[in-house]
This record gives sequence, structure tokens and C-alpha cells, in this order.
Amino acid sequence: MTILDERPPTARAFTAILGRDLVVTGRELPSFLAQVLLQPLFMLFVFGKLLADLGYVGRGFGNILLPGIIALNAFIGGLQNTALPLTLDFSFSREIEDRLLSPLPTRLVAMEKIVFGTIRGVVAGVVMIPLGLVILPDTVLAPASLLPALAVMALGAFVGSAVGMVVGTAVSPRGINVVFTVVLTPLMFTGATQFPWPSLDRLPWFQIVCAVNPLTYVSEGMRAVMVPQIPHLPLWLCLLVLAVAGAVAAEAGMRGFGRRAVD
Amino acid sequence: MNAVEVENLTKKYPGAPQSAVDSLSFQVSSGEVFGVLGPNGAGKTTTVGVLTTRMRPTGGLARVGGVDVAKEPTRVRRLLGVVPQRNNLDRSLSIRQNLLFHAAYHGVRRAERRQRAAELLERMGLAERGDDRLDNVSGGQAQRVMIARALMHEPQVLFLDEPSTGLDPQSRIFVHECVRELKDRGVTVVLTTHQMDEAAKLCDRVAIVDRGKLLALDAPAALVRELPGSTTLTLSLEFAESAESAAEDVNAALTAVETVERVEAMPGGRVRLYTSREPGEILPAVLKALAGHGISLTGLDVAQLGLEDVFLRLTGRELR
Repeated sequence: MTILDERPPTARAFTAILGRDLVVTGRELPSFLAQVLLQPLFMLFVFGKLLADLGYVGRGFGNILLPGIIALNAFIGGLQNTALPLTLDFSFSREIEDRLLSPLPTRLVAMEKIVFGTIRGVVAGVVMIPLGLVILPDTVLAPASLLPALAVMALGAFVGSAVGMVVGTAVSPRGINVVFTVVLTPLMFTGATQFPWPSLDRLPWFQIVCAVNPLTYVSEGMRAVMVPQIPHLPLWLCLLVLAVAGAVAAEAGMRGFGRRAVD
Repeated sequence: MNAVEVENLTKKYPGAPQSAVDSLSFQVSSGEVFGVLGPNGAGKTTTVGVLTTRMRPTGGLARVGGVDVAKEPTRVRRLLGVVPQRNNLDRSLSIRQNLLFHAAYHGVRRAERRQRAAELLERMGLAERGDDRLDNVSGGQAQRVMIARALMHEPQVLFLDEPSTGLDPQSRIFVHECVRELKDRGVTVVLTTHQMDEAAKLCDRVAIVDRGKLLALDAPAALVRELPGSTTLTLSLEFAESAESAAEDVNAALTAVETVERVEAMPGGRVRLYTSREPGEILPAVLKALAGHGISLTGLDVAQLGLEDVFLRLTGRELR
């Protein structure tokens, strides 16, 4: 009867489950990187480099675009990497069942998925910094902006991952394709990634639409720390909105997860 | 001590007209092999789902190892192992990693889990395949991996949901040997099945359930014994002349024998008698009843009904 005397190994179980996800990601690194890098690389190249070289957009546009694309990659990276595997896990593969039968409260199994999605989102955002600087060599980033940028990225990826859990547990696998198009496309284009939010005051209705999108606060927060010379929302406001949005989405996502995990 | 206790367990899915499990009660003693037998949709998987913390009961009580599954699911999960009906192995991992990570989720230390994984792979005949991915394993091999995985944290109670459905005979026999070995080691086994021979062969006691209700609960042999007319005598008869009227006479005469519960005419001049008595006990009366009808007895076949007959008697024959 040794096993009952011990306290439930919550911390060890959580670490083991996270460890499993990291081991699998490490093995599938090339396909993971291709998945998160190709689209933003082309966006940077076409909008930041090609259109600038052809004279259709101003030279300084790269300064606006790069922080936005990093924010987009971290946020969408977190969202996709949580939502897609979850829909599969709860329908076809059922691989998650072994973790649902581990001695870890179901909420913490859900929390692990959000943490893991956040890590993938941060990786997706971080690798964009050197690549962006190679594609857009004229970009001037604030020195010493790396650490605060990491913090904004992590918070952004966390919100994305939590939203991903809401989507992944609310949508059936048959509907996931449609939902991804219907949810992701507007999120990507109303998130102030390709334009600074304050400059939208000439288009107030669109400014309001963008203000509802949490991605806007990731993009603006990234600009606040990386290119402070460009008009942006105050950093404290971005962090506050992201913290609240993250907490609300995480709670909703964990509840959705609980409903799917236990009948 | 009871390894599993179920009291008035009820589970109703939202929107379903009937309860999937309806006031079910039973106990499983520690070290017992317990079978839950029932047709598809009887509530077997739902019962196991509640006991393994994957479903919330609507009413009643369920305990595993004395711990309430609804109140303390995380504690219960340490006491039980589950071999599900469907393959849910982690396809991103190798066979050995499936075992190692499972043990890690349960907090088993590194050195310990390596050793256990090696032992279990050996026992399951998978020692050579430990580092293979799961893409090319057969149904029988996947089943063995799932059993090995479930045993990695040394559970006190092992739940096997339809353990041999879809397996080839070799794999089925292997699973059966596994269950016996676990019993010898003192592990309680709860298995669901709709295969009678499996239940009769493996289980100390069998609960027959249908539509969420318990219909019978006893040792397989006792269930058969209690069935009325559980012994059959098949008589092969040769009629001298005017077969039709003679056959009717014989039927009437045999039906008149007190210890014969039912008479069934069979093709080829054969007659089947159902009785609860010993065959030797009723034969004299049967022979006496046949005398004087111009019939000669050319053959006699004695048989016992099986668990399948008990099952069909209790749950009916219609398809669902």
C-alpha cells in the first residue's frame, strides 16, 4: 500500500506531460518550423521588401510590419498549436486519454496544453526576429528591447493559446476547417499587425473593430518595446488588456476542456 | 475488502430518453476476475467509464479501492489501470516511450520505470519491438502494448473493456493468459465482454446487464445451473410405420413425463428434451414412455446449456 501513502505527484505529472509534448515537438522540429515560418516570411518579403523596393510602400514600413508580424506569429502560433491538436485528440486519435487518466486534475491537463501552445507560439515569434532582420535589413529596432519583447510575445502567445483552447474544445472536427477560416482570417487582418492602431483614427469604425481583437494589443505592445519612435498604444494598457483577455479565455477554455474530457 | 463497489449507479446522458445505467449495484472482491456481460448498448462501457473517472454519474455511488470516483478522481486514477476498447496509444511515441511516459505521468521514478518497461515488454513478447513506432503494429500487438501500459504504474484494479474484440485466436488466448496471471498476482480484474466463452472461461463471477439494469449475478456455472431446462437429451428415433401419427403420439407421451420440461421436434426424426434433472434420473421414464409406440431408439445425445443460453434467455433474441 505504498502508493496511497504518497501525495499525488501533481508537479511531476505536469512536468512529465509537458515533457512528452516537448519531446514530440523536438522530433518534428522541421515540420513545425515550416508550419510557423513560411507564411510570415512571404508576408515580410512581399509587403516589407518587394513593395518597398518597387516604390509602392514607404521605406520605413518594415519598422511597422516586423513587430506586427512577430506578434501575429506568436499569437496565431499559440492559437493553432492548441486548437488543431485538441480537435484531433478529442475525436479521432483519443491519444489524450492516457493523460486524462493520469493522477492530475483535468484542469491542469488543460493548463498544460495552454502552456505548451504558449511555448510553441513564443518559439514561432522569436525565430522571426533574426529572419526579419535579414529580410528587412533597414529595420531599426530599439536596443535592449529583446527581453521586454519576449515578455509581450509570451503574453500574446498565452492569449492565443487560450483562445485556441476555446475554439478547439467548442468545435467539432468536421467544423474546424470552416471555423479556422472564419475566425482566423478576420483575427489576422484586424489585429493591427500591418498598421499601427493609433493611425486608424481616420477610419473610426475599423479602429473600434480592431480594438476588440486581442491581437491588436500584442502588435501594439511589440511596437511599444521594439520601435518606440512609432506612435503606439501605451505598453501598460496592452499588458493589462492581454492579462485580462488571457485569464478570461483560459478559464473558458479549461471549462470547455473539462466538458469534452469528462462526459 | 471490496475492490469495486457500485451502489444504485445511474447515468443518464443529456437528451437521452432512457438511462444508460439504471440503478446498478454490485461489488467486486479484491483479487477477483469480474465480468460484465451484456449486449451492445447494455451500459457496460458507461459503467466502466464512470468507474474509471471518465464519466460523471448522474446518481448513486461508485468506489474503487474504497475511494469515491466522483469525489476524488485523481486519487482513484492511481489505483486503476484501463485497457480501452479502441486503440488510443500515443502514435507520436515509440512502444517503449508509451510505457515510459505513462509511468512518468503517474510519478514513477526514472530507474523504476525503465526496469518495469523492460520487464513488461518481455512478458508481452514485445522486447524486440520496443523502439518501433506504432504505425505498423497489428491489433493484437496494440492490445498487448495497451495492457503493458496499463500495468506500468502497478494498479490494484485493471479494467479491460471488450479485451478480445477483433483479435485473432492467438492474441485472444494471450490476453486470457494475461488475465489469469494478473489474478495470480492478486490484481483485481473487471472486464466487459459480449463473448460468452470468454466470460465463462475467465471470470469468477459474471454480472449480466441489459438496458442499464442488472439481470443476474453469479459464478458462470451457477448461472447455467439455475436456468430451467439446462440439460438436453436428444433422441434419435426410428419409426416402424405411419410416421406422422406416431411422432405426434411420441411427443404427447414424452410431454407427459413429469421431469421433462419441454419437448422439441427436430428434423430427421429426432426429438430434444429439456430438463433440470440429471440425465440418468429421467431416462427410465423416457424409455418407458417410448415403449409400445413401435419405435426404436437409435441414438442418444446429452448436452448442457451454456452461458450463451442464459444470456439469450435473459436479454432476448431480437437484434438491436
